[in-house]
Order: sequence, then C-alpha cells, then structure tokens
Amino acid sequence: MSISKKIVDDFIANDISFVTTVPCKQLAGVIEEVEDRDEIFHIPSNKEDEGMGLCAGAFMGGKRPAIIMQNTAIGVTINTLATLTQYYRMPLPMLISYRGELREPVACQVEMAVHTKALLNQLSIPTYHFHKESDVDELDAILKYTFMCNKPVAILTDASFWGGYGDQ
Amino acid sequence: MIRSEILRDIAPILRDQLVVCNIGLPSQELHMIDDNARNFYMLGTMGLSSSIGLGLALSQPKTVISIDGDGSVLTNLGTLPTIANNVADNYILLIIDNGSYGSTGDQPTYAGKKTKLEAVAAACGCENVVTCKAEDTGKVLQAAIDSKQMTVIVSKCDSGNIKLPVITMDPVVIRDRFMTAVAS
Repeated sequence: MSISKKIVDDFIANDISFVTTVPCKQLAGVIEEVEDRDEIFHIPSNKEDEGMGLCAGAFMGGKRPAIIMQNTAIGVTINTLATLTQYYRMPLPMLISYRGELREPVACQVEMAVHTKALLNQLSIPTYHFHKESDVDELDAILKYTFMCNKPVAILTDASFWGGYGDQ
Repeated sequence: MIRSEILRDIAPILRDQLVVCNIGLPSQELHMIDDNARNFYMLGTMGLSSSIGLGLALSQPKTVISIDGDGSVLTNLGTLPTIANNVADNYILLIIDNGSYGSTGDQPTYAGKKTKLEAVAAACGCENVVTCKAEDTGKVLQAAIDSKQMTVIVSKCDSGNIKLPVITMDPVVIRDRFMTAVAS
C-alpha cells in the first residue's frame, strides 16, 4: 500500500471528512488521494490561515477537519493557531511537509526548517516527526490523540520519509 | 448610517440564523445588541470570519451569515475565490463596507478609495453579488436568506463607532454554546 493511501485511510478511519490543502510537491500524492475519496470533502485554500478558518467552521459544524500544508506555513499561521484554534480549543491535525531537511535541494527551504520545531515548541503544539516510512504506523494514534485533547497537532514529514525528491 | 445602526436594524433577521461575526467592534456591537447562542464572536484572528462561516456552511445545512468588514476582507482576499469555487447555498457573506478600519481608529481602507469589493467578488467568480445602501441591508439580507442561494452582500455605510466594552466571555464558552446551537 502506498504511504499516501495509508495516510488517507487513517484519516477516514478517524472520521476526518473535511480536508483543506495548500499544494506541496512532496504532499502531491496525499492531496490527490484526498481529492479522490468520496468520504472526504476537499477544499483547497489559497493560504494556510484561511484554511485553518475553514477547518474551525467545519469543526463547529460537526465535521472532523484536517489541514495539509508545508512547514513554511507555520510562519504564516502563528496568529491563527494562537487566537483561533488554540484559544477556542479546537482539534486540528496538521500534516506538514518538512521541507529543508536532509536531501533538500532548495537552500531557502532550510531557512524555515531551522525554525519549524522551535516555533511549534514555543506554541506548545504536540509535534511528531516522520522520518522513516514505518513512522506512519503512529498516525492513527496521533489522530485519536488530536481529537481527544482538542488541540492542533503537527505531523512533520521529511524528505527521507517520502523517499527523497525524485527528479527535482 | 453607521455599522452599529445596521446591526441594530438587522438583529431581528440575524436572530434566527447562525452568525459568525468579525473581530473587534462588530462582535462587541452584536454582543451588546442581541447576545445569543447562535452568534459566534471572533475575539482574534482578523480576516477569517468569511472562512469560518464558509467551513460551517459546507458542513451542516443551516443558514450561516458571516458578518465581515471591508478591511477584514482585504486582509484575506484569497477567501473570495474559495467561496466562489465552493458554492454553499446556505451561506451569506455580509460585508459591511464603511471604507475604514473601524476598530483601530477609522483609518481609511483601499475599499474606501479605488477598490470595489463587489467587483472583486464578481471577478473571483461569486455569482450572486448584491451591493446596497446601509438602509436597505435588512431587505437585501432577508431576500438572500429566502433565495437559498449563496450570496455576497456589500452594504455601503458611513464610518463611525460607538463606545462599548470588550467581550469578556470565555472563548470556549462562546464556541461550546454555539456548537450546541448548531447541532440543535
């Protein structure tokens, strides 16, 4: 089974039915899988804070949401995470491509990578880092944890986890 | 006519609907005029009233009205193409356009200058965009609710504020009672 399919299977098994995405080459397979599944309403966002607003509304409407985005988005969404998702105590699984880690070909991506965990730590956001393919086995438990505690939770997925950048 | 007068005018219409209200004075005014469990007050996060409302409308069948301002829509302009391309016929975006950032001291917005948000919304693909005078907001809003079609309303009013206290209600209480109202 592909990693993308396994991830989206776990989403569906945890009743996640509203997913917003901002594109990433690494996450393209997951985004395609989200789009293909009838159980999930997929709504692309133009910016990640907008996506978190959509997810907040979906949660209050009775759906379990999730957001798929790049780690650069942490820089974009700090205010939203603090004053919306955390302040109103809402759950939000954040599946994040951890750009700028080992095997990264684009130097500028490293500039946000070095701040990613520090920012998540500063925000007291539970953070999990998928580095090896088998790390995905924890996803189901992480999703259950997220909806148990009503917090935003970060799942960082690096290039090694995805098997490199291919021909990029 | 200023924003608080519009809100007072349309409160009887809002009362039966789910309302997501913009940060700052709009929420404080609505809270003072007609606080009830169907109002979701934003205490932070400028710009996301339209996004929260759209997510809510797409996730359940009741009518949702997002009350937004011209300044807040400018902060999150990307919301308009998302709204246009994800039609929810139980969703109304009410932009109260006073051409200024009311909560921060009435500094002018670009919507009060050359930018026309109704034209932006239409260019983004929103199919039902209605521009009205402040005095007609209630009539236009009721028509939008009755039409059961997703509608963007741009209500043009004067800038100006009234003095009133901040909302001290706990955010989790606001959210919890709102979710109970949504599910009822």
